[in-house]
Amino acid sequence: MRIQSARLVIAGLMLFSSLYTHSQEQQSQAEAKGQLHGNVQVLFQNYNPDETIGAQVPDAKAAMNSFGNFTYTYGHITAGVRFESYQSAILGFPNRFKGSGIGSRYIRYNMDNLDITVGNFYEQFGNGLCFRSYWEPNLGIDNAMDGVRIIFKPTKGVSIKGVYGQQRYDFDSRIINGDGIVRGVDGEFSMNEFIKPWEEKPLKVTLGGSFVSKYQAGETFERDTTVFAMPQNVVASAGRLGVTYKNFQLTGEYVYKFADPNADNGFIFKKGEGIFLNATYSTKGFGINAGAKYVDNMAYRSDRDALLFDVPINYLPAITRQHTYNLAATLYPYATVLNGEVGISGELFYTFKKESLLGGKYGTYVSLNVAAVNGLDTSHVGGRSELIDGYRVNSYGFGNTKYVRDVNLEIRKKISKEWSFNLVHYYFEFNTRVIPVTQTYKGIVYTHIDVLDVQYKFKPKHSVRMELQSLVTEQDKGNWATGLVEYSFSPHWSIAVMDQYNYGNDNERLKVHYLYGNIGYSKGASRIMIGYGKRRAGIFCIGGVCRAVPASNGIEINITSSF
Amino acid sequence: MKNLLLVFVTMFITQSVLSQSHSLPAVTLKDLDGKDVNTATLSNDGKPMLICFWATWCSPCKKELNTYADYYEEWQKETGVKIYAVTIDDQRTVNSVKPYVNSVSWEYEILSDVNKTFSQAMGVNSPPHTFLLNGKGEIVWQHVGYTPGDEEEVHEQLLKLAH
Repeated sequence: MRIQSARLVIAGLMLFSSLYTHSQEQQSQAEAKGQLHGNVQVLFQNYNPDETIGAQVPDAKAAMNSFGNFTYTYGHITAGVRFESYQSAILGFPNRFKGSGIGSRYIRYNMDNLDITVGNFYEQFGNGLCFRSYWEPNLGIDNAMDGVRIIFKPTKGVSIKGVYGQQRYDFDSRIINGDGIVRGVDGEFSMNEFIKPWEEKPLKVTLGGSFVSKYQAGETFERDTTVFAMPQNVVASAGRLGVTYKNFQLTGEYVYKFADPNADNGFIFKKGEGIFLNATYSTKGFGINAGAKYVDNMAYRSDRDALLFDVPINYLPAITRQHTYNLAATLYPYATVLNGEVGISGELFYTFKKESLLGGKYGTYVSLNVAAVNGLDTSHVGGRSELIDGYRVNSYGFGNTKYVRDVNLEIRKKISKEWSFNLVHYYFEFNTRVIPVTQTYKGIVYTHIDVLDVQYKFKPKHSVRMELQSLVTEQDKGNWATGLVEYSFSPHWSIAVMDQYNYGNDNERLKVHYLYGNIGYSKGASRIMIGYGKRRAGIFCIGGVCRAVPASNGIEINITSSF
Repeated sequence: MKNLLLVFVTMFITQSVLSQSHSLPAVTLKDLDGKDVNTATLSNDGKPMLICFWATWCSPCKKELNTYADYYEEWQKETGVKIYAVTIDDQRTVNSVKPYVNSVSWEYEILSDVNKTFSQAMGVNSPPHTFLLNGKGEIVWQHVGYTPGDEEEVHEQLLKLAH
């Protein structure tokens, strides 16, 4: 495997240099300029023992993750490489990531209607319901494809994508791919771009379809003395529609997956299904967004034994809003239950006009968001069928088990040139049995969270920001309070101190202050941040994916730069 | 492996000497109506462009773009600048982009980079990240993060380009 990847890189280099020479002769002066882009990130953390917060201390007492991306473009050719290093991995990242080496490498040829990539690439078909490969370095998620991608646009308004390869599973001084092979094709057709007279019509229609298949060598699975043979090839297919008419927009996608016994679904042979619908209407100063979602048995991975963050082929986003304030974002964050859920959401954005009664001098922004998700409406099938099909779905409607309720209201207001504030109220009902974000309570957590974020800009480049947050609940760890003060001196400096206090914990010993301070310096495209103090355990999410990060006490240094 | 690294590093260093300026990589993004837009074709008739990476879940990004919105008309008159606000919202939150943008009445060109292909090609670590391009489409200045008052520096940089 190692030799193979080294060969691939050498072959790539040779191809690159030959194309480089070739294109040098061929291209005009303007095109011949080479472009180098890249970015670097270094994250260091040291860990001190701290029993009061349950801090974990790895044997090495410190950890460092870093990567550097380099992308070189010359005319129609792009070559990219990423070096990664885990010495060892920061707690909260997969601890099997170790060593230093090449974590991604590719060569891409892109000209007019043809785009070919060889090596690692990221891609998404439609809404991602049957295929999405992506990289989220802040969560340690990378299911990059390793193979070939071709994007072909035969005519205006038509786009065909083909992907073929294995998925990245692990990193141990080099990329380690998963067992399975993933291949797929996606077509998208934009009616208004294809039919010229329709180009400026207010009604815009886009149609798309995807077909994805995974292959993994067969194995058998034994249950109740019955031996089941696992399917080697599993297909998922999706169709989608996008309609825009003036201020209205409607998007929808339906995905179907054939029998795919896997570790997520307990190795049942039931078919999978997913529906995502979304409608928006917006005009100057006003916007609404309504969504509905149905997911049944849609965990789809290129290794049937994989779980959690490993080798997912598709992406099923959560229907709840992604929150930003610390207490709302990291204690009870919702993520899609892949085995099945039904949800609806609604969102409203409104800006009260300037000089109106509620708008005042600068206008007032208000946003309301609600989401509700339940389990599927299912019944037992009983007998031997249960071994094969697992359960029966009675309808596309809500089942009896509540998964989450999330209502939040935000008011943002600039009062004067100096003062502005943001006020947010959240109400959650969160089922911690289904989404195990805490070890200390199993059941529904009912919680109210309030946030007041005030900014005072006392000089053109100097400002102070203060956050007060309160979380009130009778369940789990009880009430929390957070206070933050941040002073910024634009454009380079910022310094912040934050305290979190779990004052409502039933256990006196756990009523702890988490005091943390940091200082940041930015210049151009580089930023360095040094922090010190106690960090509480939390769930950090990006998109619909969340990772648990344990409590820690120590120094943290984060350096990012791009060029 | 070490030799390979050496080869790559040497290659990139040599090549980077050749590169006098940075322009935009070619990636296909969608506009708010779902139409494809090739980033290599972004232009503003020889006038400067700002490319701002943001997301609906990123508070400093929204602060930055709401602040720029207050000055946009003035900046346009002075320098002819055009702002492209590239959202990296993924499928979870991308449907909120259009209603949000309309509700706050941004006049920017909004592009959606739903799988972060463009932001990664531009070397963006995390939003907000702002790039200033001159009339030739070359990146001449960039800034990460947003703190109140950063708009003053953006304005200074814009004026520098215009005069």
